[in-house]
Parts: sequence; C-alpha cells; structure tokens
Amino acid sequence: MRVSREEVLHIARLARVALTEDEITRLSEQLSNLLENFEILQQVNTDGIPPTAQSVALESVMRDDEVTPSFPQEDILANAPRRDEDCFRVKPVLE
Amino acid sequence: MQVTISEASKLLKDKKISSVELVKEYLERISAAEPKLQALVTVTRDQALEQAKKADEAIAAGKAGPLTGVPIVIKDNMCTRGIRTTCSSKILENFVPPYDATVVEKLNAERMVMVGKSNLDEFAMGSSTENSAFFPTRNPWDVSRVPGGSSGGSAVSVAAGEAVCALGSDTGGSIRQPAGFCSMVGMKPTYGRVSRYGLVAFASSLDQIGPLTQDVTDCALLMNAIAGHDKRDSTSVPEPVPDYTQSLKSDLKGLRLGVPKEYYVEGMQSGVASAIQNALKKLEELGASVEETSLPHTPYALAVYYIIAPSEASANLARYDGVKYGYSYEGDSMWDSMEKTRENGFGPEVKRRIMLGTYALSAGYYDAWYLKAQKVRTLIRQEFDAAFEKYDALITPTSPTVPFKIGEKMDDPLAMYLSDICTLPVNIAGVPGISVPAGFSDGLPVGMQIIGKPFGEETMLHIAYAYEQATEWHKQRAEF
Repeated sequence: MRVSREEVLHIARLARVALTEDEITRLSEQLSNLLENFEILQQVNTDGIPPTAQSVALESVMRDDEVTPSFPQEDILANAPRRDEDCFRVKPVLE
Repeated sequence: MQVTISEASKLLKDKKISSVELVKEYLERISAAEPKLQALVTVTRDQALEQAKKADEAIAAGKAGPLTGVPIVIKDNMCTRGIRTTCSSKILENFVPPYDATVVEKLNAERMVMVGKSNLDEFAMGSSTENSAFFPTRNPWDVSRVPGGSSGGSAVSVAAGEAVCALGSDTGGSIRQPAGFCSMVGMKPTYGRVSRYGLVAFASSLDQIGPLTQDVTDCALLMNAIAGHDKRDSTSVPEPVPDYTQSLKSDLKGLRLGVPKEYYVEGMQSGVASAIQNALKKLEELGASVEETSLPHTPYALAVYYIIAPSEASANLARYDGVKYGYSYEGDSMWDSMEKTRENGFGPEVKRRIMLGTYALSAGYYDAWYLKAQKVRTLIRQEFDAAFEKYDALITPTSPTVPFKIGEKMDDPLAMYLSDICTLPVNIAGVPGISVPAGFSDGLPVGMQIIGKPFGEETMLHIAYAYEQATEWHKQRAEF
C-alpha cells in the first residue's frame, strides 16, 4: 500500500489542512507504513457480517419537543475570533 | 498530606479539617510538584477556594455527601463554564466554554472542588501525553519516563498528590494505560454508562469518561456520582445506576475468570508477564477459578481501531475552521484561512489522524477500509459476548510494557500505537475495563486490566477490590 504524494495532497485538500513540504513527505511515508500494517484486515472473512457503528442497542433516540432556553448570543459570540455586530466575520465565500 | 476520597470525607465530616484547609494543602502541593511533573494545564486556585468555602458551608449545614469538599482534577477536554478548556491544543488554547459538561455539573452538585485542568495528548490522541501542544507530563515514578496517555495529566496529578482523584476520558485506553503506568486505579465504564455531553469529541463511538483514583473504593464513589442517563447525550443508556460501593466484597468464590492468551503479545516485557502471573495466582487464592481462553480476532483490533477512531476524528475535528471559536488565521480567502488555521492549529499526531481518517472515508477507499473495519468490529464484539457466557470477567495486562522513556516512540507512530494493544479491544466492543496496580518491574508500575460484561461494572469493581485488599501495591507512593 503506497500513499503517493498526489494522494496526500488530495486527502489534505478534502480535510482542508495545508501541509508543508516536509509534512507531505513524512505523511506519505507514515500513512503508507500504517496502511501496510492494517492490510491484515483483508484476511478476515466478513461475508454476511453486518457493520457495527456503535456498541449500544439504542436507535433513533427521540426527545420531547419542549421549548428550552438557548445559549445567550453574547456567550456564543464571546469566543469569536472576528465578529461584526452580532455575526461571525469571515472572508467572502463567493468571489 | 495525601488522602483518599473516603479518608478526606471522614476528616471533613469529623471537622478535623475544613475543605478550605484541605484545598490549600493540595494547592501548595501543586506549586511544589508542577515544576517537575507538569501535569496541569490550568490551576484553578481562586475558583477552588471559592468552591471549598461553599463546601464548608454545606458540611456545617449537615448537607455533605461523600464527595463534598474533596479536591479533584478534570482532564482538559471536558468543558468547564468560564474556565478555558484547551484539549492541550493550540487551536483551543484560549477557548472558554459557555457551559459545563454533564460530569462537571454532577461533581458541582456534589460540591467537589476542582483544583485544576489536566494535560493530555492533543485532543486525547496519544499514549504518552507527549503530544500535548504545551508540554510533556512526567511520570512521578521516574521523571525521565512518560506517564502514559492520553489522560497522563490526570493520572499524574493523583499519583503525585496534587489532587485526591481525577476524571479522564478513554477512547482506546486513555484512562487505563496511564493508570497502569502511574500505579493508580482507572476505569473506563461501559459505552453509554456516563454522559459525554461536554466532552470534546474525538471518536464518538469509542469515547467514554471515567475515574482515576488511588483505590477501588474511590473509583466506586466517583462512579456513583457520574454514571447515569442524560438526555443531552443520546448515546447514554437509560439503565438504573446501582450503588457501586455495594459491590466491594473481598471474597471471589464462584467467580469465573478468563485469561485470553492473545493479550500476551510478542514484545511483552517479562517483568509485566510475571507480575500478571502472580496476580492471577492471587485471584485464585481468593476463590476465583482462572482459565486460559482465546479471543482469536484480538490481533485485528489495532487495525480496526486505527481506522475507525481516525475516521470519526476526521469528521469531529472538521468543526475547527477558525470561525466560531479557537485559533484563527486570517488568510487571503476563506479556504486559505481555513487551511492555514488547521495547519498552524493542529499538531503532527492530530494531522496524521485527520489524514488517515479522511483517507479511509474517501471515495474509492470507504468499503475497503472503513466498512471493513466496522465489520471486523462486529466480530470482535461477538467474541467478547461469547466469552462472557463462560466467564464473569477477563484478566489481561493493561499494557505490554512498563512506562517508556520520554521521546522513545515519538518518531514511530506504530510503536506508540502498540502500547494500547491490550486496551483498544475493550473500546471497540464497548465493554467496561478497569486497571488496578499489580506490582512493579524494576521499580516501574505494572497494571492489571479486568474486562467486564456490558454494564458489568459491579463485578469488575468486586474483583478489583478483592485483589486490592489482598495486596499492598496501591499503598506505595511515588517519590520524585
């Protein structure tokens, strides 16, 4: 299993994380090495075995539709890196 | 002064000491020990003294519970209202939560006193606490060695007497492995037993909060306070919570214990193996039957874990975009800002796992990696279910080695991942596990892991307590 430089760049773009040249090289090696070790999974016969997403038997937990107070706006905006009145400020999404 | 919860509680109730006096002693100990150990990201001195005053009022009014006025440390990935919660990451270095995690609310209701927030591997990703973006924490049994991780700061704060007890979180061994490395008691409850509301998400199908304590009685006392259903965490299970202290009995007659041979892996240190052999003899002397058994899919657990956990992490950590909170880089465009925020804000291990998880979930690889891992997960769970038809609990080492040197495994992710080989399957299956002190190898702690049935915490505590009463390991203190 080789994870090429191109694949590293593709994955980094999907994950929206910029990488330095050093990181690209190191991640290509490390991910290749890890996945090579994880290939043993392919030896396991899983025909007819359902996947497990989580280990408790709960499904589609519903709650009562009750009105409860939300967080005060100021509490939420207090951590904003950049704000503009009552909004989070970001760079233009459409240019 | 280094007391357990039950000892502290008695001193407080008998008015031998006030909570304010007790907390001041622990704050002094923190000042003395922190330069050597670095277990805490934040010391909450002023809030602690304020809480202690209120605890003293409750005690004076005869309203004290078993935890009232007792100093505790909380892992810094659990939200504390008005007190920064960093996950030991640069990206959350200045994040101040507007709410308390459910477990924090519950401890506040008991009037416990939080003296600090403890260091961890960034976002709980690691096995040594070296992945903290701030500083590595040191093991009080040998300061040149790691305390384990990711709840290393919590384990060390208790082992070093900076707090009476602590909360940690455990996704693949992050409570049990540091408990083992620091000769503490650490429990990962059944998935769904403790609310995760307010625990910063790492891998949502595996994460669970639990206690790190000096003895098994304290573990039961903390479990009484934190367990239970919470409508704000829809994965928490609406099962009644027993009084866990009722399960602390010292006779093991009639209990059947299985010893899965696959946990005695290649590379296990002989000092660890012989400590566990001695512990098994002790369990037999106490009346339990001990028998070798087999969980043949165990060797696949590492691969299953390191596909599922990073996949879930890559999705959970997508929220760190520099918009709503946390570190933010202002770039030329929205995407540039986001990518550089994440580049500068995350450390190497977190990036590695985001990349690995994104890869396993990406088009063309999903079936071969993520779905395959989920299917093998089913087989691992089925194997545990079958074993628990024959046995009341399973006994393994907590980790194949004693604490390793700081720096030793930092350049080799796979070697680091292997230190959780005995604890990972427990999270994959969602069953509970506890690590208890089981001796020393060349002066370094060895932990024994007891694995229980789903919601079998009482049986685990029973076995742990009986073993503890028959041994002296938990009474030894680290000198540093």
